[in-house]
Amino acid sequence: MRNAYLAALYDLAKKDNRILALVADNGAIVYDKYRQDFGDRFINFGIAESNMISVAAGLAACGKIPFTYTISNFLTMRAFEQIRNDVCMQKMNVKLVGIGVGFVYSNLGPTHHSVEDIALMRTLPSMTIFSPADPLEAKEATIAAAEIQGPVYLRLATSRTPIIYKDDYEFKAGKGVILREGRDVSVITTGNITHEVIQAVDEAANQGISVRLINLHTLKPIDQNIIVQASYDTGAILTIEEHTIHGGLGSSVAAVLLENNALPVKFKRLGLDDFPSGYGTYQEMKEINGLSKEDITGEIKTLYEAKKDKKSLIDLRDVKI
Amino acid sequence: MDLQEKAKELRKIIFKTICNGGGGHIPGSLSIAEILTVLYCKIMNIDPKNPDDPRRDRFILSKGHACVALYAILAERGFFDKEHLDTFGQRGTILGGHPDMHKIPGVEATTGALGHGFPFGVGMALAAKLDKKDYQVFILLGDGECQEGSVWEAAMFAPQYKLDNLTVILDYNKYQALDKLAKIVSLEPLVDKWKAFGWEVREVDGHNISQLQEVFESVPSVCGKPNLVITHTIKGKGISFMENVPIWHYRLPNEEEMKIACKELGLNEVDGVLR
Repeated sequence: MRNAYLAALYDLAKKDNRILALVADNGAIVYDKYRQDFGDRFINFGIAESNMISVAAGLAACGKIPFTYTISNFLTMRAFEQIRNDVCMQKMNVKLVGIGVGFVYSNLGPTHHSVEDIALMRTLPSMTIFSPADPLEAKEATIAAAEIQGPVYLRLATSRTPIIYKDDYEFKAGKGVILREGRDVSVITTGNITHEVIQAVDEAANQGISVRLINLHTLKPIDQNIIVQASYDTGAILTIEEHTIHGGLGSSVAAVLLENNALPVKFKRLGLDDFPSGYGTYQEMKEINGLSKEDITGEIKTLYEAKKDKKSLIDLRDVKI
Repeated sequence: MDLQEKAKELRKIIFKTICNGGGGHIPGSLSIAEILTVLYCKIMNIDPKNPDDPRRDRFILSKGHACVALYAILAERGFFDKEHLDTFGQRGTILGGHPDMHKIPGVEATTGALGHGFPFGVGMALAAKLDKKDYQVFILLGDGECQEGSVWEAAMFAPQYKLDNLTVILDYNKYQALDKLAKIVSLEPLVDKWKAFGWEVREVDGHNISQLQEVFESVPSVCGKPNLVITHTIKGKGISFMENVPIWHYRLPNEEEMKIACKELGLNEVDGVLR
């Protein structure tokens, strides 16, 4: 995902000399090509995220398009007030690229895990949030971010992200993607964990449960139609995020359902209820924190069974199921 | 009108605008009257009729709570109609308790949270260098504001990028909301600190017009180094009972105090409104 982002940034910078790459001492090797060809448009702030964001806002006030980049929790938490006051309140054309979302930096531990970034960024006015699921989507989201006149938060995993989409994939900002069609349960997810979720959904399908799988690559503004339709069509919604369940994808989806009178019979948010625990590989982190393929398949089955048991409630609802 | 007289006039406008508006930071606005007068009337390349001219010099009030001083000089220079001052702090006004760059012609940055305007202005100075433009950026920083960590992040960064088109003016009135800085968290040795960070540092009397003019005319003075001008000022300058008394940081005078202040500044009170 990171390399896809950087390739896209390189192409954008080639076409538009207003684009700048700002880092807080990140990207030792991966930025080499960019630095070689656009050295004067690469600015390393050292380990000073707050300064990087305020300076980026000042650069944007003079017509530049800064793409700021650092580890996502340092970006979204250390510099939160700068993002709020200097970037979002002023509708500055600053792009915020958070790297290593969720527990991608698995063995570095919870200080380096970013599991509150969606919750923080979605509270901010004028912010767009992209949360791509694979390298191609990351590339498309980067291009879309450059086209938006205003703040964008782009949350990325690092390297070795499995490929989900084929080359003909058409990215539409603000529009969710149905990855699997189904009628029993809807699973809504975002970001790097999507690959794991696909496998879990396919396993549930093997066991006879028909699952609709939706990837929301844009979390703000959120695709309300795809969420409401999923509730009407399947009556059971499971959200899955490599993020706290408080204020992230699940909370966003819950609000959409409630405000649109589209309550499903069963609803469940799967994610973190506390700081991520443990050290290990990325795969092990998912296992430790209840987000493995087996955990997800299990939740789909539980939701499906619960929905069946409460079928009578469905009849009380004045909605199409 | 000479500049000293103009600064006096500015103090009158500051005081009556805040009192009529029902709240604001009087002493921290009074301490910067001469600085703003010299910058806006003698130094900066600005055109009130064309406030967005890309070639203009930029001024950022990083200590945003002193905004009424900025509003007063902008109105004086004709960036907007003086009548707006009568609406300060009221519903529907463009002039709030902290300055808004999108609402007020001539305001370059929305400030209020301390430690933001300085790095924002650094971004503007960096943009000038990247674009090989020759405008200057002036930033007015509060002394209490220097207790914010982001100030020192920006202070480290600007010399690294040789931003000699940047002049930071430090309003060293030596008081913050609760007490003297020296008694809370001291900045001293202030000159040594900024020099050690790579800045060209000078000190002047912040109420002395000719000293201010001379120092601002001399920047950029050293190629490749950002400039810090420490202006020694008096918080509450011009109103005897407010001078160097911390409690006035955010307070309005009562009836008795109002009479004294008006007399000292040369203002009249007519039907409860200052003229």
